[in-house]
Amino acid sequence: MSSQLKEVVWGPVFTNNPIGLQILGICSALAVTTQMSVALVMCVALTLVTAFSNFFISLIRNQIPSSIRIIVQMTIIASLVIVVDQILGAVAYDTSKQLTVFVGLIITNCIVMGRAEAFAMANPPVISFMDGIGNGLGYSIVLMLVATIRELIGSGSLMGVELLPLVTNGGWYVPTGLMLLPPSAFFIIGLLIWALRSWKTEQVEEADYVIGGHTALSRAA
Amino acid sequence: MFEYYLSLLLKAVFIENMALVFFLGMCTFIAISKKIETAIGLGVAVIVVQVITVPVNNLIFAYLLADGALAWAGMPDVDLSFLGYLSYIAVIAAIVQIMEMFLDKYVPSLYNALGVFLPLITVNCAILGASLFMVNRDYNFGESVVYGVGAGVGWALAIVTLAGIREKLKYSDVPDGLRGLGITFITVGLMSLGFMSFGGISL
Amino acid sequence: MSEANSDKKPEKKYDKDSIKNVVVVAMSLCFVCAIIVSTAAVQLKPQRIANKELDRNKNILIAAGLYAKGVTSDSQIDKLFEQFTIKVVDLQEKKLLSDAEVAAAGIDIKRYDQRKAAKDPSLSIDLEKSRDIASISRRARYSVAYLLEQNGTVDRIVLPVHGYGLWSTLYGFIALEGDANTVAGITFYEQQETAGLGGEVDNPKWKGLWAGKEIYADGKVVFEVIKGSVDPASAKAIHQVDGLSGASITSRGVQNLITFWLGDDGFGPVLKQLQG
Repeated sequence: MSSQLKEVVWGPVFTNNPIGLQILGICSALAVTTQMSVALVMCVALTLVTAFSNFFISLIRNQIPSSIRIIVQMTIIASLVIVVDQILGAVAYDTSKQLTVFVGLIITNCIVMGRAEAFAMANPPVISFMDGIGNGLGYSIVLMLVATIRELIGSGSLMGVELLPLVTNGGWYVPTGLMLLPPSAFFIIGLLIWALRSWKTEQVEEADYVIGGHTALSRAA
Repeated sequence: MFEYYLSLLLKAVFIENMALVFFLGMCTFIAISKKIETAIGLGVAVIVVQVITVPVNNLIFAYLLADGALAWAGMPDVDLSFLGYLSYIAVIAAIVQIMEMFLDKYVPSLYNALGVFLPLITVNCAILGASLFMVNRDYNFGESVVYGVGAGVGWALAIVTLAGIREKLKYSDVPDGLRGLGITFITVGLMSLGFMSFGGISL
Repeated sequence: MSEANSDKKPEKKYDKDSIKNVVVVAMSLCFVCAIIVSTAAVQLKPQRIANKELDRNKNILIAAGLYAKGVTSDSQIDKLFEQFTIKVVDLQEKKLLSDAEVAAAGIDIKRYDQRKAAKDPSLSIDLEKSRDIASISRRARYSVAYLLEQNGTVDRIVLPVHGYGLWSTLYGFIALEGDANTVAGITFYEQQETAGLGGEVDNPKWKGLWAGKEIYADGKVVFEVIKGSVDPASAKAIHQVDGLSGASITSRGVQNLITFWLGDDGFGPVLKQLQG
C-alpha cells in the first residue's frame, strides 16, 4: 500500500507531470508566475482544492448518479474554491488581491476536473486524496520553476528578496523586462517541454511529415 | 458613448486578449488548433457562448448577488457575492446545455457545425474568466455585452490565427523534442509578443 | 469510468441512476455545500471587510508619508488613520461639504463608492473629449478627501486620483502639504502597467522623487512628469519629476491624471479655497 501511495504522489511530479505530458491546467497557471510568492499561494490553493475535491468526490462516488455526474463534481469543486477564496481574502489579503480572478479559475482548471473524473470516481477516498496532492505538486513544480525563472531574470529577486541589485536601486543588474510580459511564459513552457522531451525521448511526438533527404544533383536532373 | 464602447471592444479583442495575454482557455486553445476549419467552428461557438453568458452573469450579479442587490426584494443588507463562482459556472453550464438542445431542434445545420465543440466550452476557462473579469471590473450591462463580444472575438481570432500557422508549421523540420507541443508554445509566445504592440492604443 | 463503477454496483441495494436517487443526491449535495460555503463566507466576512479598509487606510498613510517602515501591526495603522477626518468634496459645486450637507446629499461616507458613482448618470457627469485629460470618460460628482488637521490647521490633504496609463486605469492617492501646493507623497494601489517598466510607478524610489515638488504656479497646474531626468539647475525643477524609463505612455498618464484631478474639473478650486 505504501509503495502504491508513493507512486500515486510522486508519479505525477516526475514521470507523468500534468503539464509536461497531459497539457492540463496550463490555463490559469501562467498569469500568476511573475512573482514566486504569488505563484506559491496559487500552488497551495490548487493542490488543496485538487486533493479535497478528489477526497469528497471519491467518498460519494458510489452514490453519484451518472446523469448528473459532471455537475456534482463541479458543485463540489466550486464550493471548495469559494472556501479557499474566502480564506485567502481573510488571511492573505495582499496576495489575494494580486491573484484577482485566477483563484476563481481553479474551478475550470483541467487538472482538478480531470483527476476527479479519471481517478476519484474509481478509487477509494484516501488514495484519491493522495492522487490530488501528487497532481497538485506536479503542477506546482512547473509553476514554481516558471516563476523562479521569470522573477529572477525579470526583477532580479526571488520571493521578493533582491538577489541581483537593480540599476534603478543603484546596483548593476538591468532587468529583462520581457520576462515579466506574457510572451515569456509561453517561451519558457515551450523550452521546458523541449528539455523534458530531450531527456525522456519516449514523449517525442510523431512528425506529420518527414522531410526527405538531399537528392543528389545528378539524380535530380 | 459610442467611442467608449468601441474602445472597450478593441481593448477586449486586441490589448487584453483572453488567450494571448491572460492565458485563458489554453487547454482547448492548444489541443483544437491543428486545423483552421475546426478552429473557426470552436471560435464561433466561443463567441456565441460569451455573448450570452457574460451579460446574463452580469444581470445575475447586479440583481441577485452584489452587496445590496436584493434591495428590490426588500433585503438591502444581504450580500451574496460569495456565491459568485458557483452561480457563474452553473449559468455557463446551463446555457451551453440549453443552447445545444435549442440548436439541435431548430437550427440543425448550425448544430452539426458547432455541436461537437459545445460540451468543450463549459470547461473553457476563457468563458468563466470573462464573467469573472466582468465582475472584477464592475462593468454595467451595456459594457458587459460589449466585453462579451470582444472577449469572444479576441479568443476566436487567436485560435484561428494559430491554426493557420500550425497548418504551415507541420511541413517544417522541427527538432525532435520541440515538435508538436513545444513549438506550438513558442509560436503562441511570438503571437503574444505581436499582440503586445497593440498596447497603448486609445481612441 | 462507468466500467470502473459497474463492478461495485451489485453491492449497493439501490439503483444509483434512479430518478429518486438523482433527486436525493442533488438535494443533499446542495444542502451540504450551501452550509459549508455560507458558514465560511459569514465567518470570514468581518475579517475580509476589515482587511479591505486596512489596505485602503494603509495606502492613504503611505501617500501622506506617515507610514513608516516600523508600522506593521494593524492597530498601529488604525491609530494613525484615526488622525484623519474624512470629508466629501462636491466637484460640481466645487466646495468641501459640511457634515450636514453630506447627510443631505444622501452619502454614507463609509460606504460611498466613487467608482460605482462614476457610472451612475445621476451621480456623475460625462466628460467631453477636450476636458477628459485623464481618459476616465465619466467623473463622479462627489469625491472623498482625507484631511489631517493639527492644532486647527490643515497639515495634510490626501486625495484619491485615477487615470488611464498604457494598459490599465491607475488608481492612487496623492498627498499634499497644508499649503495645498507642495506634494507630500503619492502612491498607486491598483494598476496593471507593464511590470518592470510602467509598473515602476509603484517603486518607492520613484515615488520618493515626488516629495517637496510643487503643483501650481500662478494658479495653474504646471506639474510635469518629464522624459529623462530633471535638471536640478532648471527653474522648473521644482515642478518636475523624472519620467519612468521605457514607459513614456504610463508617465504621460500619470502627468495627465495629476493635471486633471488637481485642475479645474478636479480638486483645483477646492484646494484654492484651502490655500486662501
